Amino acid sequence: MDVLGDGLIEALRLLLTGDEDTWAITALTLRVSLSATVIAFLLGAPVGTLLALGRVRGRRVLLAVANTGMGLPPVVVGLFVTVLLWRSGPLGSLDLLYTPTAMVIAQAAIAAPIVVALTATALQQVDPDFLLQMRGLGATRFRALGALLVEAKLPLLAAGMAGFGAVVSEVGAAQMVGGNIAGETRVLTTAAVLATSRGQFALAIAFGLILLVIAFAVNLGITIAQHRQRVTG
Amino acid sequence: MRRVRRAAVFLTVLLSLTACAGTEQAAGPSTEKSLILATTTSTQDSGLLDELLPAFTEDAGWQVKPLAVGSGQAIELGRRGEADVLLVHSPKAEEDFVAEGTTGPRRLVMHNDFVLVGPPEDPAGIRGVPAEEAMRKIATSGAGFVSRGDESGTHAREKQLWEQNEIVPSGQWYRSTGQGMGATLRVASETSAYTLTDRATYLSQKANLGLEVVNEGDKALLNVYHVIEMTKRAGDRVQPDGAKAFADWMTGERAQTMIREFGAEEFGQPLFLPDAGKDESTLGD
Repeated sequence: MDVLGDGLIEALRLLLTGDEDTWAITALTLRVSLSATVIAFLLGAPVGTLLALGRVRGRRVLLAVANTGMGLPPVVVGLFVTVLLWRSGPLGSLDLLYTPTAMVIAQAAIAAPIVVALTATALQQVDPDFLLQMRGLGATRFRALGALLVEAKLPLLAAGMAGFGAVVSEVGAAQMVGGNIAGETRVLTTAAVLATSRGQFALAIAFGLILLVIAFAVNLGITIAQHRQRVTG
Repeated sequence: MRRVRRAAVFLTVLLSLTACAGTEQAAGPSTEKSLILATTTSTQDSGLLDELLPAFTEDAGWQVKPLAVGSGQAIELGRRGEADVLLVHSPKAEEDFVAEGTTGPRRLVMHNDFVLVGPPEDPAGIRGVPAEEAMRKIATSGAGFVSRGDESGTHAREKQLWEQNEIVPSGQWYRSTGQGMGATLRVASETSAYTLTDRATYLSQKANLGLEVVNEGDKALLNVYHVIEMTKRAGDRVQPDGAKAFADWMTGERAQTMIREFGAEEFGQPLFLPDAGKDESTLGD
């Protein structure tokens, strides 16, 4: 049990003394996972909207696919992206393997189905008559859709946060496509795994705690941004 | 919509902040030549690579992307041309691999040894016997044994030792973790079982383990590391010049001195012994 206490002290020490490696790892973690989440949101939210509202053929099957995709094992996505990016693979000439860009690609692929599925669910929950009413009130289809998105904005943000939570905490894909290279592709999760295999348990716990803190900070930031708007607006 | 916009602004600010921090750190490597080294977990988990690689970059101007995987996977990455140079410790597999004809030179770098570790009370009574007999005693006594089971160099050596005894390890007493050395040592420690480990990883993690060295010193337990250069025959994008620079440097004076001194102070004995230019058959004499 000492390990947990030592981990807490180590985490505070690393954060408070401004340990350079720790800050670089933390910054990279945020950069990779936030970029992946933003990309997943930009791609996933429109697809989810289309699936919820559009008359798409095979809509139920596609929704089931997106729902299944929420449970996509990161290690499988990682392997798939790795093989694509291998020197001998179809995208090998891009020289992306073992770079943060490769990690963003893999994590965006992990987060996208989550955003699609949760967006679709969120929009389906809005009163089905809402669109009809808006149209009835004379709104154009585009304006009606805009109003619907405003109505569903909280669940939409939740979809983004769920995507972020999934990628910032995953280790399989980050390890495989990033390679856990010191100073280049080492993020908090892969650093924690390495520290564990080196027997540095307190350090591993410390990385875990820092991960929790930044995930909390991001979610808190978004929530406060919403709340302040609610008060002033 | 304004609420969403606030959140978006927050995210954008956060992203650009971290992006600045990121580019600062990535600017160095991307402008230089970079090669891929496939190596074993023992060189990373013991901390040796952290010591050697910055010195190599400083001397040779090549950045190194080290992939710490089992020797089996490292050789596979070399075979596919996904790595430029290998630092591995699975001699039999290496010789077969070199015979395929896609590699460049294979050179001796260093060695340490494997040791059998187990509970201090040594239930199978393997202290002081030859390694082969020790393995037999473990199997027949039913005392637990934990295997890496991951096609690493250590796993390959373990299988070789069973084969020499014509033992097919299976049953309740034999567990395969499929994980690295550190994790496997901990499983052995928690279950009071024996395992085969390289000395470097054991020494660097000894403090966390309830395991002692119970059998050591047999020549069959030598753990020899070679550096293998890859060539264009393995893949178009292999960088033989980088491979040669790395292999030359690893067998050169500076690296060999660093290897000799690595860990000596902390553990009271060196973790690896440098062997560049030696005849492999004389090791352990």
